[in-house]
Amino acid sequence: MAKLEYDDDGRLLFTEEMRKEYTILVPQMAPFHFEYLVDAMNTEGLRAELLRSDDYELIHEGMKYSHNDICVPAMLVIGQFIDAIKKRKHDMHKVALIITQTGGGCRASNYIKLLRKALKKAHLDFVPVISLNANGLEKNPGFKITPRLLHKLHDAILFGDTIMTLMHQTRPYEINEGDTDRLKEKIDENLKGYFNHNSLFTWKRSKQKIRWMIEEFNNIETTDVKKPKVGVVGEIYVKYSPLGNNRLEQTLEKEGVEVVVPPLYDFFLYSFDSRAHDIKRYGGPLKERLVLKALVWYIEVRRQKIRNMLKKGGFEAPVPYKKLKSLTKGFIDVGTHTGEGWLLTAEMIDLIEHGAPNIVCTQPFGCLPNHIVGKGMIKKLKNRYPESNIVAIDYDTSASQVNQINRINLMVSNAFRNFEGGR
Amino acid sequence: MLHYRVGIDIGSTTIKAVVLDEEDNIVYKTYDRHMSSISNSLKSMFEGLKREFGEQPMHFNFTGSAGLSLAKHIGAQFTQEVISATTALRHHIEGIDVCIELGGEDAKIIFFDGANIEQRMNGTCAGGTGAFIDQMASLLDTDAAGVNKLAKDYEKLHDIASRCGVFAKSDIQPLLNQGARKSDIAASIYQAIVNQTIGGLSQGKKIQGKVAFLGGPLTFSSELRKRFTEYLNLEDVYTPENGEIFVAIGAALEASEEPLNIEEVINRIKAYRKKHKDGMKKTIEPLFETKEDYETFRKRHDQASLENVDPADYQGNAYLGLDAGSTTTKLLLIGENNEILYNYYAHNRGNPIDVAKKALLSMYDAIHEKITIKKAYSTGYGEELIKHAFKLDGGEVETICHYHAAKHFEKDVNFVVDIGGQDMKCFKVEDGVITSIVLNEACSSGCGSFVETFSESMGYDIKDFAKLAIDADAPVDLGSRCTVFMNSSVKQAQAEAAKTEDISAGLAMSVVKNALYKVIRAHDVKEEYGDKILVQGGTFNNDAVLRAFERETGLEVTRPAIAGLMGAFGAALLAKEASTADNHSTVLAPHSLETFSYKSKRAVCNKCENKCPLTVNIFGAHERYISGNRCEKGAGLNVSYDELPNLYLYKYDKVLSYQSDPKKSYNQTVGIPLALNMYENIPFWQPFFDALGVKVVYSERSSKKLYERGQDTIPSDTICYPAKLVHGHIESLYEKRPDFIFYPNIPYNFEEKDHGDNHYNCPIVAHYSEVVDANMTHLDLNHFLQPYITLNDKKKFTDALYETLKPYVKTSKLAIRKAFDKGMEAYHDFRKDIQQEGERALEYAEEHDLNAIVLAGRPYHIDPEVNHGIPKLIRSLNVVLISEDAINHLAEQPKVNVLNQWTYHTRLYDAARVIAEKPRVNLVQLVSFGCGLDAITSDEVKDILESRDKLYTQVKIDEISNLGAVNIRLRSLLSTMNKEASDHGKA
Repeated sequence: MAKLEYDDDGRLLFTEEMRKEYTILVPQMAPFHFEYLVDAMNTEGLRAELLRSDDYELIHEGMKYSHNDICVPAMLVIGQFIDAIKKRKHDMHKVALIITQTGGGCRASNYIKLLRKALKKAHLDFVPVISLNANGLEKNPGFKITPRLLHKLHDAILFGDTIMTLMHQTRPYEINEGDTDRLKEKIDENLKGYFNHNSLFTWKRSKQKIRWMIEEFNNIETTDVKKPKVGVVGEIYVKYSPLGNNRLEQTLEKEGVEVVVPPLYDFFLYSFDSRAHDIKRYGGPLKERLVLKALVWYIEVRRQKIRNMLKKGGFEAPVPYKKLKSLTKGFIDVGTHTGEGWLLTAEMIDLIEHGAPNIVCTQPFGCLPNHIVGKGMIKKLKNRYPESNIVAIDYDTSASQVNQINRINLMVSNAFRNFEGGR
Repeated sequence: MLHYRVGIDIGSTTIKAVVLDEEDNIVYKTYDRHMSSISNSLKSMFEGLKREFGEQPMHFNFTGSAGLSLAKHIGAQFTQEVISATTALRHHIEGIDVCIELGGEDAKIIFFDGANIEQRMNGTCAGGTGAFIDQMASLLDTDAAGVNKLAKDYEKLHDIASRCGVFAKSDIQPLLNQGARKSDIAASIYQAIVNQTIGGLSQGKKIQGKVAFLGGPLTFSSELRKRFTEYLNLEDVYTPENGEIFVAIGAALEASEEPLNIEEVINRIKAYRKKHKDGMKKTIEPLFETKEDYETFRKRHDQASLENVDPADYQGNAYLGLDAGSTTTKLLLIGENNEILYNYYAHNRGNPIDVAKKALLSMYDAIHEKITIKKAYSTGYGEELIKHAFKLDGGEVETICHYHAAKHFEKDVNFVVDIGGQDMKCFKVEDGVITSIVLNEACSSGCGSFVETFSESMGYDIKDFAKLAIDADAPVDLGSRCTVFMNSSVKQAQAEAAKTEDISAGLAMSVVKNALYKVIRAHDVKEEYGDKILVQGGTFNNDAVLRAFERETGLEVTRPAIAGLMGAFGAALLAKEASTADNHSTVLAPHSLETFSYKSKRAVCNKCENKCPLTVNIFGAHERYISGNRCEKGAGLNVSYDELPNLYLYKYDKVLSYQSDPKKSYNQTVGIPLALNMYENIPFWQPFFDALGVKVVYSERSSKKLYERGQDTIPSDTICYPAKLVHGHIESLYEKRPDFIFYPNIPYNFEEKDHGDNHYNCPIVAHYSEVVDANMTHLDLNHFLQPYITLNDKKKFTDALYETLKPYVKTSKLAIRKAFDKGMEAYHDFRKDIQQEGERALEYAEEHDLNAIVLAGRPYHIDPEVNHGIPKLIRSLNVVLISEDAINHLAEQPKVNVLNQWTYHTRLYDAARVIAEKPRVNLVQLVSFGCGLDAITSDEVKDILESRDKLYTQVKIDEISNLGAVNIRLRSLLSTMNKEASDHGKA
């Protein structure tokens, strides 16, 4: 069994030895993306496992081991971890956890510390926690982000975003119910083994995969019926995680609308770009700024290719990052980057301008940044775009679903009325 | 052939149906409170329809929050309620500008602006409205109609938190206990609803023009309508006939799908219920597996009881304890051997003095002159009031009483959990001293009384309701955040046809989980608090709650048979302890009781800018007792603690002393809001602008009035109160007409120490000016300057300020650099001055042998409107008060277990470490409701303190200005501190 080693601050490290013996548990934060992220990690000498549980016990564990005022993403992630470890009676000494750390002025940067506190309380403090971040916070000898792993993670996010876009634009219109979901299974099957390579130059391969996916989606039989579009924006966890947002996507599709969820990659670009922005405005190392700028540029070049492919395949492509950023003009300064910052406002503007004026703005109950960039901007949006139809929903483990659904229903009813009136 | 159209509105508390003929005339209507039993009400409603309309097919359309899932499942049409209301309104009347509809649990507002209609509903954290009135009515011992009647002759409005029912309750109960007039409270309840509607719903749109009122509460309560009309200065108001069924009319108008036979609909509903019953998820294990389990359980708990003695058979000394709690009054008379001679338990019904009088009278009826009452003590919320009214010999804060009572049953008790009607109190006992007191915050309060209110609403006595839970085989999981959410969960469970016994058991589990995970926040009670646990408080008389507690903790606990009387028992024990051989209690004798009368008067204390509203209670001819005051001055006492160091008062005066020189001539004026981080940064900005020849004007000081002036532009109702106040400050600044208003975005705070991981401001402090800019659009925002700046890089600062100020101030980069230096120097002087005062305060406390409290919060907590006068309250207890930023510089390099990323919060950790080593200094953390960051900091501060055996006390503040709960916390803390000090002295 691996020896427990600590750093100077007393933090339990994920060692080289653990890398060989331990399974890294990954919380489900974004279903379209995390499957591939885990696949990617598994080809890089790590053994990762995605947690899929979403039952009541998980919420209960989260409640038990975290502060009651903490936001729902932290509570659910902590709950999912502890629930999973406890259920592994035999090898709980052979698991590690991984969690993202954003590093901004929002509570989310503190999740990892809260998770460690929770583990301690649960007498599970022998479980190492790995921070996945872009800021160089907390290093571990057994977990190194190599350029190759980075590349694979990059691919994984691209795949996730593309498939999400394709599915959202296809499923509401499929003629044979279940076609889209079946195709997703087929693609997942096909992608198994995709990450099993040692190359840094995979662009050609991944481009081919994406082209193939688009073709496959094009083969699904769809109707010409038009449906109103409903956008989903918000705090990053409740925006993507069905566990966090009470299966919002499913609820909306059942109401008969097309769901539009902006890509996850924009959030990463926004994070890199924000750091670069702060250096320029408030001072900091020029070199870091240039590296970040180059990174954003590099990723965008690739994403642009995918956007072109999507358009060519008859799908609507998400807007380029730069365009998204420019939309904020007259609404909010791009210096606002706690939480989702200006990105959230920009996504709402983009949705409205692209035929989805109906928006669910999701946030955990008591989310501070969203008071500013989400709820705080709705009035200004309404003034500029009278057709905007935005509902802000607070998510919380004990919030009443009836209330949530009733509000969403009002937004959807209006969406249909405006949609039919507009035609 | 034309068919009748039926609109059925199933709301959270009522069920309404309307039938329209082809000319849109109402041919049939019903309005029923479904008493939380939707299925029965539905059934009788359909039977009514069937009787009236027989077999003919009709168009059905459902609406209302509880109608959605039902309609979906039976394949009937459904129209969202706000849309139904809109339809009905447009059908009935032209030219409505705004419609306000209050329902059972939802509040809605519709703005009509030509073709553009804007509809809004309240957020999730806003409680009910109709249900809210019902809840409040039961506190006033009346019903909704009674509240309306009471409100008719009000004289004065009190501040009642409008955020949600739970908060309002915490405001009303102390008011009642202090003897405030019921009429005033009734009108204040309506005012709270008005404030909530404006604050939570209008969000920047003015409610004006022709306004329609819809929904039950607005239809039935003339006084509520009046409050809206008066407060909003409305001239043209429309209250439709049939306002209470208006939404159902809208649904009927919208009904367009395939006509259905009534019988068919009934059958579909039946099928749905059956299917649903089978498929219901989210249940938890039963409380008792078998009848025998319950019997064993009961026998075990029967052991903890006191001997009951018939007073007729007793002669000699007796000791009286009177516990005037928030909802109930308890009286206990014990004899020399702690036997119970007499006990009394009754609801206050909004009249604590009358109830106490009745209690005393009936006690006198039961005893005789051979029984001598040696001493009488009071405790609880109404401790002071009752003590003064009936001339008791003394009083003690309730936590101490509870400990004494608990000790009697379990000598080595190390943890006491008390769940009363309104409050939850838990405390840990170590070496005979209370350490670690946990009291619930407003946001998790009221669970005990919720069970009771709820059982009453279902038509059960609480005892019978509790008994039902014993047999429940599939308790429903009801969640555990707050009673408002719980209310909705129960409704949801009922909509899913859960059985009453399962709901009762589920409620018991929820109360316990709320206590364990929200209030106590224990993951393992045994490990953290020990295994000698005593549970008490009226709520534990409910066997289901007791069982749930044992199950959840995995421990066998002690519940005394007098679980609900423990406060009174403790007071009686203390009375006994204090008694000497020859004394005799001063408690009013029967004859004076019979002629006892009291009056209460309202007054406002004018001794300082807090302007506390006072209630002057006059007993008999001369005895006066003043309540509502924060400090000793309002009580009319002649002692003065003015010379006690008090950093909050000191800092507030100090910050406001940075004023532009009235003799100097300035070129321009800049307006700066007295809000959030400005309380810390003014010492920088004022000298900075002064150096540039710019005069600084501030917004006026915060007040409730100022808040109300800005409340209609607040976009988020769950944000903290200090942020909400910004809107009022900006309004005030515009009235002062400066050349420009300056409110910068400052994402990064001062780099204060090098040990913080980072030095962010919280998102709200950093970017609230963006919210102002986006929401206060009725103002001319061209001269509202909100640059993004840093205070840590002179060059970047200069560049940004130069660009920003250029259009207004004739200046140069060099001048700005110089002004920056001036500002920085002044800021550092300010910080040094505060730190020196902090050190002086610590020394002063030591020299004079006084207790000191570090009230740890944020810079803006020095605003008296934010801290509600707590600093003065602390001063009146003869305690030295220190702020976190006055002593944080004394800390060594700390290591904390959280990411130390916010400057203000780093100060909290440092301050906690500094005082952790000092005797007779304790820390109280001041936390604003809605402050998400404090979920992290409070845990860490608690850990720092507890690792050094210090008590952690937290005070949560919001708009609420009632200090009852704060008082109990502080007095409990001081009582422990004094005990520690005297133990220390002895040793």
